[in-house]
Amino acid sequence: MTESLQQAPGPFFGAFGGRFVPEALMAALDELTDAYDKARVDPAFGQELDRLARDYTGRPSIITEVPRFARHAGGATVYLKREDLNHTGSHKINNVLGQALLTKRIGKTRVIAETGAGQHGVATATAAALMDLECVIYMGEEDTERQALNVARMRLLGAEVIPVKTGTRTLRDAINEAFRDWVTNVETTNYVFGTAAGPHPFPAMVRDLQRVISVEAREQMLALGGLPDAVLACVGGGSNAIGSFDAFLDDDSVRLIGCEAAGDGVDTGRHAATLTGGRSGVLHGSRSYILQDDEGQTMPSHSISAGLDYPGVGPQHAYLAEIGRAEYWPVTDAEAMEAFRLLSRTEGILPAIESSHALAGALTLGRELGPDATLLVTLSGRGDKDVEQAARWFDMLPEDGE
Amino acid sequence: MSALSDRLDAINDGEGRAALVCYLPVGFPDVDTSIRAMVAMVEAGADIVEIGPPYSDPVLDGPVIQLAVARALEGGVRLADTFAAVRAVREAGAEPVVMSYFNPMLQHGLDRFAADMVAAGGSGVITPDLTPDAGEDWVAAARAADLDTVFLVAPSTTTERMHMTCAASRGFVYATPLMGVTGERAQVGDAAERVVREAREAGAPKVCVGVGVSTREHAAEIGRYADGVIVGTALVRILAEAATPDEGIAALRERVSQLAAGVREARA
Repeated sequence: MTESLQQAPGPFFGAFGGRFVPEALMAALDELTDAYDKARVDPAFGQELDRLARDYTGRPSIITEVPRFARHAGGATVYLKREDLNHTGSHKINNVLGQALLTKRIGKTRVIAETGAGQHGVATATAAALMDLECVIYMGEEDTERQALNVARMRLLGAEVIPVKTGTRTLRDAINEAFRDWVTNVETTNYVFGTAAGPHPFPAMVRDLQRVISVEAREQMLALGGLPDAVLACVGGGSNAIGSFDAFLDDDSVRLIGCEAAGDGVDTGRHAATLTGGRSGVLHGSRSYILQDDEGQTMPSHSISAGLDYPGVGPQHAYLAEIGRAEYWPVTDAEAMEAFRLLSRTEGILPAIESSHALAGALTLGRELGPDATLLVTLSGRGDKDVEQAARWFDMLPEDGE
Repeated sequence: MSALSDRLDAINDGEGRAALVCYLPVGFPDVDTSIRAMVAMVEAGADIVEIGPPYSDPVLDGPVIQLAVARALEGGVRLADTFAAVRAVREAGAEPVVMSYFNPMLQHGLDRFAADMVAAGGSGVITPDLTPDAGEDWVAAARAADLDTVFLVAPSTTTERMHMTCAASRGFVYATPLMGVTGERAQVGDAAERVVREAREAGAPKVCVGVGVSTREHAAEIGRYADGVIVGTALVRILAEAATPDEGIAALRERVSQLAAGVREARA
């Protein structure tokens, strides 16, 4: 009898995870861990979270079969788990509502968050507005330019958005700056971490809060006739992927495939495929895989998708890769954009560029497995935020003709 | 005992004053200048030099040090330059300690890092993002090499953690009196004295205070109750604002002399 891999509590997942942070944050992390351990077994907390999921987020999210898209995936049967239909347009809201509720429980009045594409920032600003919390979002300056509309959305929701001008001016620097804010303001402030990475308790807590994706999807698939042959999700830090995998972890027949951003291609060096091209180290509070040079300096990552443009990955993914329970595939910018175009044209669904990496993985896997296969793809977000960038990629903007 | 605590004993008990600990990152504005600047600080009165190998993601540092280490990394600084700086500081007659984020140590290999430190004449390593409960491997490697391990305590540190941290620290305990990243502050505040007292109560033989210290007056104030006064950002700023490296080193010499006078008037 093998032990269940589901809902692993941390702080360690094999050799990965832990808590590598300044002493000044230890008390806050202990407090958060303690509050979360109590909340997760408190029926009142669970009921409030369920109520918000149903009445605010719009859960359960549906699954949609996409037969016209699937023709390009070797004729396999392809279902999408529609996290794009959630309020605020991505899976991020699942995590944020839980952490905002927890913030109220520990009596803090201010939340901070990092954001890459802006989805987590928008979700945090939303929860802060709903629960009357002061909200500051750190966003790399390059990302504020790539995702200007999301900056406006956060400001409209009442959050302060601070562009981070240091380092590579992307997600990684936004996390550094959020940690600096937290060290300074920890008495009043809770850090609402956006992905299943960082120091304990974040990897386990964010996973638990995103687990609803796979719990629902597993039931939905069984109701349709059986478990899928594979579950695919995109991986940046890895929160939607770990949430998509967790309830399937003990189903040995289900392949779990995380699609990493390979940018221009892993061999070009311009990519964000951490598990494919990185190695073990410590970044942002936990031990996992990172893109780093021979002396442990973090390397700049590259992806067309701001949400996947991160040189680290959640520690549980590093563990699942190591034990071989999950596979991690590199997907280039070009492959992701081709999948974006296909889903838009064949099914009338504009996916987020992040999620398009998972769609590209499904095209590859479907062609490999053929028409008997059933694939479940998590559509982690909608593509509204990416319209300008996609239109530029496909030369659809008026000035592109000049 | 350790070289570091021997030196602190000689200064605290022998001379009846707090030690002056001065930080600079390696490679800013370039490797040669940074090492010359460290030697100049020793000549101007620094008892201990805290040598900072640059790291790409310095989460505990404020904007001045962030900018300096980013410049150093752009300039191609390597870990070998840190060991060269350790050697130079040792030859100049001060105790060299390294303040390093954890990943560069981990990638170098913890045993190898400790051995290279000892070979270069280093006394100890301060680890801003590694606490003893997360750093058992590092403590073991350092003990085997007879190298000091300096851990940080903060105003938010609980009594239990204070005991655990002080027990794992060797050389001294690094007290940060303010919540926040490195940088100068107008006032260091009452929390400093409380943190030092709590660390002593938890068994720390030596406690040095850093983060926020910039002037002779700060040094004199903290030198009344701490075993050492740590200055960082203010010194980095001097190098950053200088028109030429030589002007920077001259200005640094002047400031370190002032700070050295400050620790000497503390208990006068």
